[in-house]
Amino acid sequence: MSEYRDETMMLKTPFHSRVEAANELNEWDGWSGYTTPVAYTDVELEYFAIRNSTGVFDLSPMTKYRISGPDAEAYLNRLVTRDVSKIKIDRVGYVIWCDDEGQMMDDGTLFHLGKNDYRLCSYTRVMDWMSWAAMGFDVRIVDETSEVAALAVQGPTSCACLSAMGLTGLEELKPFGIKRFTFADTELMVSRTGFTGDLGYELWIEPQHAEALWDQLFAAGKHYMIKPIGSSALDLARIETGFLQAGVDFVPAQDTVRIGRSRSPFELGLSWLVDFEKPVFNGRKALLKESVEGSSYRLVFLDVEGNKPAANSFILVGPEQVGTVTSAAWCPTAKSNFAFAQVEAKYAEVGRELIAEIYYQRELHWTRLLAKCTVVAAAPFNPPRRRQTPAPMC
Amino acid sequence: MTDYDVIVVGAGHNGLVCAAYLARAGRKVLVVEANQQPGGGAATREFADGFSVSACAHWLTHLNPEVKRDLALEHHGLTLAARDLDSIGLDPGGQHVTVKGDSVDGPSISTGDKAAYQEFHRMTLKFSSLLANAFKLRPPKLVAGNFSDRLNLARLGLGMKLMGKQDMSELLRLALINIYDVMEERFDNELLKATLSFDGVLGAHMGPRSPNTVFGYLYRRVGDVYGFNGPAVVRGGMGGVGAALVEAANSHQVVCRTGVAVQDIMLKADRARGVRLVGGEEITAKLVVSNADPKTTFNKLVGLPNVETGLARRVKNIRMQGGAAKLHLALDGLPEFKGLSAQQLGQRLVIAPTMNYIEEAFNPAKYGEYSTAPAMDISIPSLHDASLAPAGKHVLSAIVQFAPYALRAGWESEKDKFKSLVIARIAEYAPGLEQLVTASELLTPVDLEQEFHMYGGHWHHGEISLDQIMFMRPFPGATQYGTAVDGLYLCGAGTHPGGGVMGLSGRNAAREIIKRGNLA
Amino acid sequence: MDSRTCPWHALRFDTGGHVVKKYDAIVIGAGHNGLTNAAYLAKSGLDVLVVERNSYIGGATVSRELHKDWTYSNCSYVCSLLRPEISRDLELPRHGLQVVPYGGGITFMENGDQFGNFRDHERQYREIMRHSPRDANAYDRYSADVTKQTRLIRPFLLRTPPDPTSLKPRDLKELAMLARAFTEMGEEGLADTLKFWTMSVGDYLESFFETDVLKAHLAGSGIIGTALGVYSPGTAYVLLHHYMGDVDGTVGAWGFARGGMGAVSAALAKSLQAYGGEIVCAANVDQIMVRNGRATGVALKDGTEYHADIVVSNLDPKRTFLDIMAESDLPEDVVNKAKNFKIRGSSGKLNIALDGLPTFNGVHPDSTLMIGDMHFSDSLERLERAYDDWKAGAWSRDPYCDMLIPTLTDPTMAPPGKHMMTVFVQYAPPLINGREWTDEDRDAFGKTVIDQIGNYSPDFKDLILHAEVRTPRELEAEVGLTEGNIFQGELTFDQLLFNRPFPGYAQYRGPVKGMYMCGSGTHPGGGVMAAPGANAAREILMDLKRPNTVPGAYADD
Repeated sequence: MSEYRDETMMLKTPFHSRVEAANELNEWDGWSGYTTPVAYTDVELEYFAIRNSTGVFDLSPMTKYRISGPDAEAYLNRLVTRDVSKIKIDRVGYVIWCDDEGQMMDDGTLFHLGKNDYRLCSYTRVMDWMSWAAMGFDVRIVDETSEVAALAVQGPTSCACLSAMGLTGLEELKPFGIKRFTFADTELMVSRTGFTGDLGYELWIEPQHAEALWDQLFAAGKHYMIKPIGSSALDLARIETGFLQAGVDFVPAQDTVRIGRSRSPFELGLSWLVDFEKPVFNGRKALLKESVEGSSYRLVFLDVEGNKPAANSFILVGPEQVGTVTSAAWCPTAKSNFAFAQVEAKYAEVGRELIAEIYYQRELHWTRLLAKCTVVAAAPFNPPRRRQTPAPMC
Repeated sequence: MTDYDVIVVGAGHNGLVCAAYLARAGRKVLVVEANQQPGGGAATREFADGFSVSACAHWLTHLNPEVKRDLALEHHGLTLAARDLDSIGLDPGGQHVTVKGDSVDGPSISTGDKAAYQEFHRMTLKFSSLLANAFKLRPPKLVAGNFSDRLNLARLGLGMKLMGKQDMSELLRLALINIYDVMEERFDNELLKATLSFDGVLGAHMGPRSPNTVFGYLYRRVGDVYGFNGPAVVRGGMGGVGAALVEAANSHQVVCRTGVAVQDIMLKADRARGVRLVGGEEITAKLVVSNADPKTTFNKLVGLPNVETGLARRVKNIRMQGGAAKLHLALDGLPEFKGLSAQQLGQRLVIAPTMNYIEEAFNPAKYGEYSTAPAMDISIPSLHDASLAPAGKHVLSAIVQFAPYALRAGWESEKDKFKSLVIARIAEYAPGLEQLVTASELLTPVDLEQEFHMYGGHWHHGEISLDQIMFMRPFPGATQYGTAVDGLYLCGAGTHPGGGVMGLSGRNAAREIIKRGNLA
Repeated sequence: MDSRTCPWHALRFDTGGHVVKKYDAIVIGAGHNGLTNAAYLAKSGLDVLVVERNSYIGGATVSRELHKDWTYSNCSYVCSLLRPEISRDLELPRHGLQVVPYGGGITFMENGDQFGNFRDHERQYREIMRHSPRDANAYDRYSADVTKQTRLIRPFLLRTPPDPTSLKPRDLKELAMLARAFTEMGEEGLADTLKFWTMSVGDYLESFFETDVLKAHLAGSGIIGTALGVYSPGTAYVLLHHYMGDVDGTVGAWGFARGGMGAVSAALAKSLQAYGGEIVCAANVDQIMVRNGRATGVALKDGTEYHADIVVSNLDPKRTFLDIMAESDLPEDVVNKAKNFKIRGSSGKLNIALDGLPTFNGVHPDSTLMIGDMHFSDSLERLERAYDDWKAGAWSRDPYCDMLIPTLTDPTMAPPGKHMMTVFVQYAPPLINGREWTDEDRDAFGKTVIDQIGNYSPDFKDLILHAEVRTPRELEAEVGLTEGNIFQGELTFDQLLFNRPFPGYAQYRGPVKGMYMCGSGTHPGGGVMAAPGANAAREILMDLKRPNTVPGAYADD
């Protein structure tokens, strides 16, 4: 075999040596070109680490852009649908952005790091769109994905773990707040954010300190049952708490090639993120129109009868197909059979009963199940600890 | 309460036409113009003491007769010093080719070519008539069209069908093809081919071999449909058009303020509410109509941060880099061109000996270099209008191609070199010319941009090629004169039908505004 | 007759003399479209004969041994556009055709760096990141946009273009389908599509990218086989033409036919023969015979006559109407249209036998990038300047090369460890400054190309065992393509869809009753697609009121 390698080959995150050592199953996947674990030991145990103790997820492949310069705030305000000026320094905002047609390109978290200094974290890559959007603004946009190592530390004991590591005062940090600590003579930034709907934090540090951070975190968290988690457990947690995933629950508008496959924030139930009172932003005109004329689709949460996950199911009203399921799972903590589905707007009111056409297989035998399901207002998992400040220690 | 119903930014000919039509329909209209002289590209310029010349366009070839009649331009002082001029393709040896309306002549022209030209003229005129029909309509929307869009589409479709199967299929082919091939298919005489094909690339970033250049030729021939049997010279220079338009506008109580530059178009959210002048004065209006090109309008007047990104991207992608320069010479006497009579000197003179000559002139423009052997369209207007030069003296004006806007070496250092080269090239046909020159100036596309506020120094406010016409002009989403900014309209040559002193962009925009009725 | 030059041994050779047998249909030219057309006619039960001028079949779709133990795909050299519907329907895999996808592609840069084209999305992203983070992301938008345009056009490949001047129900129905496909896109989508079809590939790419080498790498597809430059309006569509194909559902992917492109024609020939069709080689058609306004058969140069009520020409429109048909048999407009048909020689070809694998600066010999198309033009300006040379009647001093080493994929084409290289070269004019090519010109042209490759590969020249240099002259003389135009006519919009080959004759029917066209000069054009041949067969069967044997296009992908 050739020993040939080049810089275009698969990337490893700054935590890779630790991740690899912990990955007992040796199950890997790719995420934005980085080798990432699907699961380390057992998906279910990892999931329960998130809900019962602390799960640690290597977030480094997350796309990260640094946006700075005199017009940074104005620029971002034109880019995203909510009013960025309301996100104070050292606060994080959940933001979405649309194209001119008011179709969702992606969602992400916007970190206000300093005056006219922001970090935008997203699932998809948006350098192209952000560069076009920068015309006429004095702003600098840098892709810093590989320059920042990140860990998500999530679960009821997460604050305890991090406090045990020496991050004193963290319990006072409010949701979506940012606090800075010194770690190994460098800055460790902690934000109270996450993708699990639970108490949790995200840690941001220079890559060369990543391994030390991992080691200290796991040493400090030992007695709090800290565990590394893979993408499968995280996916389960985000469904249970109702978080959308780009590419799964909607197609980023810039990636669609077929007519009518993109969705607007209204259709995805994100109208609370659209602020028509602020200055011009991308999609404003189209969204204003939609707010008057109504939407075609609506992403709904479904409580599905029985215990068979409705993954990839058709949603029926009588014999007619009115939608499809985008994400579904049996939620172990909430004990709920939960699904997200995109349905025609007229079938989306809360309390509406629909049918999910579920196919499941046991010993190569496929069963078709027509399961009743009900449109519900919210996801089943939403514990008080997610919001409490000071944060609970267990 | 606003100060005006409508403010038109820019007193170019389209801005004035638009303003006059709106005022005629009872609107209270203000026109603001940065330059002292109204008319925009239709301007006269005294470039040397006592010597004046049309600074940008130098022929009147396209003025729409309906606009002329509606606005009574002749009544308001528009006078032609000469009209229906011939185009003479200059031959270095004096064997010139003369194109007059529907016939061609010259010692080297065969009877075959003469007949072929007549047939060609018949056919192109037929196609140009179809174009002329499309020119006077708002470009229809193809998908989301309303009743009038569908009617317009049906009219255009019917017009094509009525041409007959043969001509219709020939049009479908020709519209996409290059003029080089069409010339090769139809004619033998090299100079004739070159002279005709130059019309297909005038003011364009294209050579005769570029596809779409037949369209450019047909575009030109729309002037013939309008009754111009060849170019015309306006008395007092092209500024005469601007002056007549101002008179016409004034007669309808349009207020014209010249010498006041607009700082920006004032917005409230995404609605235009007036203009702010340089110096800070604010004037409000129900509508703002921009006669500036679409890039200047959005980049500078509206500001890209105030529009959505997709629109900003569309604006960025408009192709409008000027490739033509303008040469003005003050002459101590009448130059002598080899083989040209005094009568012929007053015609339109074309330096483009072969199609390959034009093509080779174009090649360097693609790489940011000027032509070392440029093609030219020359006018000596003082032969028709003595007011342009002191007695016994003359002015010569030439459109010179190609001189790219973004010259790699920079125009600063290259301009004089280029000017000498251009004069020397003319002198090959007019020996002794250099000795007659008492003053000269060359306006590069950069100068034209400065002078006339047109982005890229592009005469047509955007390349006229198939990807930028009709429902693609200036860009999808702004093709019916209205824009994504409520209350902001475009009326310049950047909109359908495009450049040339035609007046239709301004007229169509005014009609659209009037039709939409709401000044809210 | 050297049987080895004939990849399908069961062929019959013309032996002269009069043939009494009358066929149902005669197809002139055993290129891939002729064979496809004949196969579908035979499949419907017609008695079909294909007459081929050369001693081998395939036209420009051939594998030839021009150097001992080396197989050259000496004309067309890669496969993508071949419609999968046809491949499957004519059972080409069973008849020996196997297409293996490329591994990647590369453009070498003058500064020693390169741009790699990877199949894997993430790897491609990282490769572009090296050049520009913005472009790395813009590439996704570009791919989506090209896919949009491709999806629009693909359903029409296996359909007969409607005549927009006609009021026949079928034409109106097809026009309505076309209109529906367009209106679905919405106002701005439609305008964008019309822009795309009329703009230059250079302008199109500049609306996405800032990196010169990336633009240059992609722009190649906009000019291959076309006598236009990257800044000529209309070339964006040509780019699309190269993206329309697929290898096993990967749209836009290209592949190698195992055994060379001759494998395509060999499989088609076997399919044809399995349906009972016949092929006769070394049969040089002199004229299509016409009596009382009807085609009656073909007369060969040696005097042989074959008779049939249906005569199908796979030759390009110029050869069909100006060479093998009498002007007196044709309406005047067809003769004029054929004369004015744009079919320009713009390319040449080198086929090179190599003693080993050449090494290239800056790329590892094991890199997957080598298993695909390689180029040396790293900017749009260099590409455009190459075109300027052509316009001036010379071959490009700094040509655009589409170079492949098929033997990195196909073990059958050269001895183990040895390699075969195919180099498609653009631009090469049909005439040098108005005069014919000479052997000296040809050799100098070859040297230009070899020198260019040598600039990037230090050991390349030493490895050359044999090189075949083909200019438009050779392509015309051997394959019968006018001016050596590989697409049987420019793929510009004035010659596409209902304009191909000419307005009024785009539905495969010639101006003479019983006479048809099935070559790449008809819709949807060239590129070893086999669609023209299939579409023409469908029209012929319709005229004969026989059941259709030609498959429709696969649905949405």
